[in-house]
Amino acid sequence: MSFNLLVLTCIAYVIFLFFVASAAERSAQQGRAKWLRSPLVYTLSLSVYCTAWTFYGAVGYAARSGLEFMTIYLGPTLVFAGWWVLLRKLVRIGRENRVTSIADMISARYGKSNLLGVIVTLLCVAAGTPYIALQLQSIALSFTVFVSDQGRAPLAADRNLIAFWVAAGLTFFTIAFGTRNLDANEQHHGVVTAIAVEAVVKLLALIAVGIFVVWFVATGPSDILARIDAQALPEWTIQPGRWTGLILLSAIAIICLPRMFQVTVVENIDDKHLATASWAFPLYLFMISLFVLPIAVVGMELMPEGANPDMFVLTLPLHLGQDGLALLSFLGGFSAATSMVIVASLALATMVSNHIVVPLWLKLRAARNLDTGNMRLLVLSVRRLSISLVLGLGYIYYIISGGSEALAAIGLVAFVGVAQALPALMGALFWRGASRNGAALGLSIGTFLWFYTLFLPSFGPDVLLSAQVMEQGLFGQSWLRPYSLFGLTTLDPLLHALFWSLSLNTLAFCLGSLLSFPSPIERVQGALFVNIFDRPGPARSWTNPVAQAEDLLPMAQRILGASEGQAFFRAQAQAQGKNGFLPDITPEFLQGLELKMSGSVGAATAHAMISQTVGTAVVSVEDLMAVASETAQIIEYSSQLEAKSEELTLTARKLRDANEKLRTLSDQKDAFLSQISHELRTPMTSIRAFSEIMMESDGLSAQEQTHFARIIHDESIRLTRLLDDLLDLSVLEHGQVSLDIRPVNLRDLIDKSLTASKSVQAQRNFRILRSRDPEDVDIVTDPGRLTQVFINILSNARKYCDAADPQMKIIVRQRKSMIEVDFIDNGSGIARDKQALIFEKFSRLTDSLQAGGAGLGLAICREIMNNLGGDIDYVPGQGGAAFRVSLPLVLERPLDAASRSHPGGAG
Amino acid sequence: MKLPSRNIQFLARDGYRMRRLMDAARILPVIGLVLLLLPLMRQDSGTDSPPTASEAVYLFVVWIGLVVTAFVMSLGLRRTLGPLRPPVGPLPPHQAGGDTPTVPPPDQ
Repeated sequence: MSFNLLVLTCIAYVIFLFFVASAAERSAQQGRAKWLRSPLVYTLSLSVYCTAWTFYGAVGYAARSGLEFMTIYLGPTLVFAGWWVLLRKLVRIGRENRVTSIADMISARYGKSNLLGVIVTLLCVAAGTPYIALQLQSIALSFTVFVSDQGRAPLAADRNLIAFWVAAGLTFFTIAFGTRNLDANEQHHGVVTAIAVEAVVKLLALIAVGIFVVWFVATGPSDILARIDAQALPEWTIQPGRWTGLILLSAIAIICLPRMFQVTVVENIDDKHLATASWAFPLYLFMISLFVLPIAVVGMELMPEGANPDMFVLTLPLHLGQDGLALLSFLGGFSAATSMVIVASLALATMVSNHIVVPLWLKLRAARNLDTGNMRLLVLSVRRLSISLVLGLGYIYYIISGGSEALAAIGLVAFVGVAQALPALMGALFWRGASRNGAALGLSIGTFLWFYTLFLPSFGPDVLLSAQVMEQGLFGQSWLRPYSLFGLTTLDPLLHALFWSLSLNTLAFCLGSLLSFPSPIERVQGALFVNIFDRPGPARSWTNPVAQAEDLLPMAQRILGASEGQAFFRAQAQAQGKNGFLPDITPEFLQGLELKMSGSVGAATAHAMISQTVGTAVVSVEDLMAVASETAQIIEYSSQLEAKSEELTLTARKLRDANEKLRTLSDQKDAFLSQISHELRTPMTSIRAFSEIMMESDGLSAQEQTHFARIIHDESIRLTRLLDDLLDLSVLEHGQVSLDIRPVNLRDLIDKSLTASKSVQAQRNFRILRSRDPEDVDIVTDPGRLTQVFINILSNARKYCDAADPQMKIIVRQRKSMIEVDFIDNGSGIARDKQALIFEKFSRLTDSLQAGGAGLGLAICREIMNNLGGDIDYVPGQGGAAFRVSLPLVLERPLDAASRSHPGGAG
Repeated sequence: MKLPSRNIQFLARDGYRMRRLMDAARILPVIGLVLLLLPLMRQDSGTDSPPTASEAVYLFVVWIGLVVTAFVMSLGLRRTLGPLRPPVGPLPPHQAGGDTPTVPPPDQ
């Protein structure tokens, strides 16, 4: 194929990508690009993991080492299948904190420390630059392989020139679509969409070559399996160490690689996309890997001796005369390389500008007391410059390294490099005690060891590290040999470097964290990151700010742009219920502003800039404690509420009972009113009737006159007694009674009461059970009143006890300074629902005929007992009606009226 | 009204199933790793050429099995992923207020 045609194809493809990217940007701006942000596009954008190294290198890798190439894809498969454990948290933290890169993430977690940002940035640039060079190399290599008429187009042989133009073109593309808007969290729709398209192209290209190889060169899957076994080399034996180590390494790399962090975390807009990617991305990797081994095997079989297996994907179709397929394959490789370079340079440039250039510039301006000027333009320019710088470094690396043939090696070297960020990153996610000092120590030691044991030696002896050091160790110390540090000689160089760098890194990180004391901001951020799913929102890290909104607005405008800055301030003011552009400077507002700005310039810079304006009002340990006690107060408050509500329930229940009682009493009162009217009217009627007879009838005998007069007299007595009772009760209730207190023997009182009560229903013969000894107690009380109570109880028993063989048990017992007298009969007792009412006034259980009173007896008894400093209770469950009278042995007088209780105090 | 307690000890059936699904999602990568390491224990050092074809078939079967399992699990798990709080704009009341007691939904 001619060189010109190939160049034209490439240019046409790039123009197509430009078109796709700008169309995506346009529709995103018009807000009708829902499909652009679908899980499918997200998953496809993750395919930047599959670089030209995958596209070309995997086949070469398979040809050299058999199945080992799969490890590079199995690690990521495990990480994504286990997304619930790690990626979910990583993505959520990234989104909530508007993280712009992996360096920003680590710096934000460890107290917004720019030192860590710088270390991670340098590490990523060191590991990423060779990787970019690798992509340039693969494109250049594929060009020279593809162009058949090299004689007529000497340009095609000049790989350096090709690499240069590719680098220049990619720089232009990345700047055009990667720095369109500053806020990294506004995401790069154009770039992501273009990468998704490229993902489809490279997958289709590899599958097309694979299908051609399996079904058109070979006769089908079984034939291919037979050919695989036939071609299998002894080196293809799976080596346990490398197999396990590489799965681990690739699993780490998928998390830590800057470009993967960019597409997985920074460009993510919805957790749900991750759920889809958890199976769709492993499926993509599966399909990418499926035909690698078949292509390698058939290539080994058919290609001439000495052909570069790294180029089989391209050279095999060419060799078999399938120019169209070869062109597709070329475009696939081109896609893989360009998408990786675009995203990697974008991610690295963001880090370089946010963590190195902008902080440096700010410091210089601050040192010279200059205004910070238009930050927005500055940051954008810095980012554009950084993209050029990163790609330029990649190109220079390519020139220096001279384009060595084995593509895979440098990829794994880069993996080990970025893996150094893993301990700090995992600590950030899962360990609140991880500290900035620990992270800095671990990262430095890990990076240094990676440099010494893998990165420098990877260039070969005498390039960056002299052969003497490689052979005999640093300063001639054999235990410092790069490939067998501390005498570990059996591991292969990659595993050796991975083992030492990662384990000493982790050890230093843990020790550093255990022995240091983190700053308050670190502790705030640590709690926020580790408990991301428990907290409603970002923790507070500003207190009692002293700045004015007028000072902050210009600064925000410089970073966010005038209109967006003003919109943010206005929205915040509105949220506070204010008009205009100047909200109150609350800690919450500063938090929001910092978060907004950190989406543009990274957490550390945003924090530093606000600190500059606001002053030193950053959080202190005391503030932390205040926040903590606020939380404790909330918990306390809610438990108080709980207790209160329980109390309310209890009160409500009591009220319900009281209400019930009131209603019953009211019913009783109504009944009593009709009762007492009846009681009053009956004697009145007979008095009137008989007095009329006496008035109107002249011929009454003296006997008859006496008889009628007696009836009138008796009825009058009955009326008087009723009124006496009412009066008595009233006097007792109001404490106006005068007591006749003197010493008396209780037994005598009981004797007297029994005798007196016999007149009631005298025909009934009660058996009296009493024990005379305990009754022999001398007490000081009002004997008349007490006898009245006893008689009342005993009379009631005579009236109401319904037993055929009635008996009355009287038990006296002394309890401290109180005497208790129980009167227990053997009748059916008082029904449970009536027990609460018997002591109330006007209550009567049976009809009045049987009672012969007005139902005031027990009410009077209770009042008397209260006046005597004691009480009278009904005791249920004694085998009959049981009343307990309790009174003090010695009644002190005068009894304070206020201390008396009035259970039936309605009267 | 009784406030919901932060430490919920027992869940209804649906919630219980969801928690176990989350457990399964945590176990899946471990099972996957063990299955992917099995070929190491099948190495026959006696023969010159390793059984690459059969191991390749085995690995691809495990691989697609992981994909299918992850797919089935993601159907259930994605229901737990609510929409995120809007990262821009006015702060929600619970941040602005500061003192309002809020009880976040239990995550796991």
